[in-house]
Amino acid sequence: MTNTSRITTISVTLLILALAAPLLLGQPFYINIGSQVLIAAIFAMSLNILVGYGGMTSIGHAAYLGTSAYVVALLTLQHGFSFYSASAVALLVVVIMAAIFGAIALRGTGITFLMITLALGQTMWGVAFRWSDVTGGDNGLPDIKRPDLFGLNLVEPGLFYAVMIALFMVALAGMWIFIHSGLGLSLQGTRDQPRRMGMLGHHVWLVRWIAFIIAGFWAGVAGIAFIGYHGYIHPLSLGLANSAEVLLMVIAGGAGTLLGPVVGATIVVVLKMVVSAYVSRWVLLLGCTFVAIVILLPEGVVPGLERLLKSILPAARDDGEAGS
Amino acid sequence: MLNRRQFALGIAAVAGASSTFKGAAAQTGPIRVGFLTVNSGALAAGGRQLEEGIKLFLKQRDNKIGGRPVELIIADTAGQPANTRTKAQELIERNNVHVIIGPLAAFEALAINDYIQQVGIPTISDSAAAEDLTQRKLNPWFVRAVSSSAQPAHALADYAAKTLKYKKISIVADDFAFGHEISAGFQRVFEENGGKVLQKLWSPLNVADYGSYITQIDRSADAVLANFAGANGLRFIKQYNEYGLSGTIPLLGHMTTIDEGILKNMGDEAKGVVSTGWYSAAIDTPANKEFVAACRAEYKADPGYYTLGAYLSGIFLEEAVKKINGNVEDKAALMKALRNLDLKDTPAGPIKIDEYGNPTMNIYIRKVETVEGRLMNKVIHTYPAVSQFWTYDPKAFLQSPVYAREWAVKN
Repeated sequence: MTNTSRITTISVTLLILALAAPLLLGQPFYINIGSQVLIAAIFAMSLNILVGYGGMTSIGHAAYLGTSAYVVALLTLQHGFSFYSASAVALLVVVIMAAIFGAIALRGTGITFLMITLALGQTMWGVAFRWSDVTGGDNGLPDIKRPDLFGLNLVEPGLFYAVMIALFMVALAGMWIFIHSGLGLSLQGTRDQPRRMGMLGHHVWLVRWIAFIIAGFWAGVAGIAFIGYHGYIHPLSLGLANSAEVLLMVIAGGAGTLLGPVVGATIVVVLKMVVSAYVSRWVLLLGCTFVAIVILLPEGVVPGLERLLKSILPAARDDGEAGS
Repeated sequence: MLNRRQFALGIAAVAGASSTFKGAAAQTGPIRVGFLTVNSGALAAGGRQLEEGIKLFLKQRDNKIGGRPVELIIADTAGQPANTRTKAQELIERNNVHVIIGPLAAFEALAINDYIQQVGIPTISDSAAAEDLTQRKLNPWFVRAVSSSAQPAHALADYAAKTLKYKKISIVADDFAFGHEISAGFQRVFEENGGKVLQKLWSPLNVADYGSYITQIDRSADAVLANFAGANGLRFIKQYNEYGLSGTIPLLGHMTTIDEGILKNMGDEAKGVVSTGWYSAAIDTPANKEFVAACRAEYKADPGYYTLGAYLSGIFLEEAVKKINGNVEDKAALMKALRNLDLKDTPAGPIKIDEYGNPTMNIYIRKVETVEGRLMNKVIHTYPAVSQFWTYDPKAFLQSPVYAREWAVKN
């Protein structure tokens, strides 16, 4: 067994254990935390396409989650749509939005790209906050009912968690297929060597633009899960703080790795939701955790641990692909 | 396990074991009170005052309500609606609380509105004032210990039109739901009494400089109404004075524009500001004098909106618990008692809960003056037993849409 396949086995085992943990703890509270971790994980994975595989740091990603949630909320509350048909419309809206915003933001790279995504994200926040006739402004949109699925009422935390696991698995598989596809590989190429990729005949801009849309699509999926879970949407959910938080999840967990954003999302959600019940200065603890990650595992938790594991495991010939 | 954030005094040593009993031993364990507040982020100052209010209340009663010890479980929502829901779930599903006091912000209360109905947990709002919580989004498990947003604004409009004889008023307000609701409520009553709102200027919540808004104020106005929350009133009034307007155009304000929580940081520029609210630390009744003295002894500050909001929530709970003989395990009975409270003598005066879960309470018109060497909101007029619907018929009131930014009087 090579080290790489051992690490894969360890990762898969840990993932299964982590998914089962809330159920083993039994209380609905932990099952709900599990659902929230998975929603955050899908959201972080979507940003990872840009940050990790595309080398494009976006700090306006919450706009896609929020817009999708707002569309579902508005259509179900005010226009009599079912949750599922509203979700389909929401995904369409988010894809169109990502196509437009991507076309604007991709005029720049690096810091310019970051600033444009920030500006676009804050524009969406401004719309949600100020257009109060439609969005409810600062009061948000409450009372969006969780849908039924095959006659089962998803209000039950365990059932909702099961649906979230299924959705997460689909997202994870989708992500794996994407990064190993020709498109995903050329995206990673444009991240590392944009000029060479251009020379080789790849349309760098087009590859990035499509990646931007795919990232927006998955953030929209996370948004639908978000509104399904919370039943409430507020402008804060598509604001800068949320965009920064998801970026931290990606960076802390390990940008450009399949499971990095999942680990990052787990760390942030558990610290925010569970540890805060025991430690009053939990914001400080969250900050210290990030500092510790940056110092000890600067590449992120997942690649960092992988490096440590490889140095611990007996040296076998490693002929598998490395890490990413 | 780490230090649990359970503020448990007295006999609450049972606390650790109690969560495993799940209230099976009715009447013997403590009353578990979940307290949703904000300890981190922009709203933390108000959150701290809320916590002071409830802690003072429990300290005065040796941590007992209706003969039963109280276990207060404080949860920090960080002022984010998504967290608020999780914290509410934590309190209900993990700590098995009997009642929730909180949360702070209106959007937080709206975020958990469906959840508290779904699980059926009595909830006492100690701060969230959003009109619709007791109007168009009714929740049988919800009762409010503070006024609705516009409840004091209606009264101020009446006072401005009839007593102060103002005809033209300019409004400057925070650009969020609370600011919109109080401004629209004022405009409605003021214009129905022959007044005219010349303009409504909306400043963002986090604006650093009010200069550009103050210079836009129509100088022909008889008065300016400033509707702010948090520390914004403090900064606005300071700048209003610096621009030389204090002496020329009188300033009116909402309760939170010049709340006791920030009044202590103001100087002479605040003198003469006429404001409206359901409370003032200067109310001259034995009940309030005793409360203010206790608050000053404990925290060396006058109580304001948040402190009294939490303290009143405590009084609500105590009265309801007494009425049901301490049997808080019967949540429906507890809620029924809360919804039918009729208190004769609170620090804020008499309070009666209306059929929508909102208090009918006195509204005080206050004026900042120096009393006992410090600035206080001296009561200059009292509107007794004011309803959230003012003098309107509740049914007709609820027909029209909720007060909003672009609210206009329908003729």
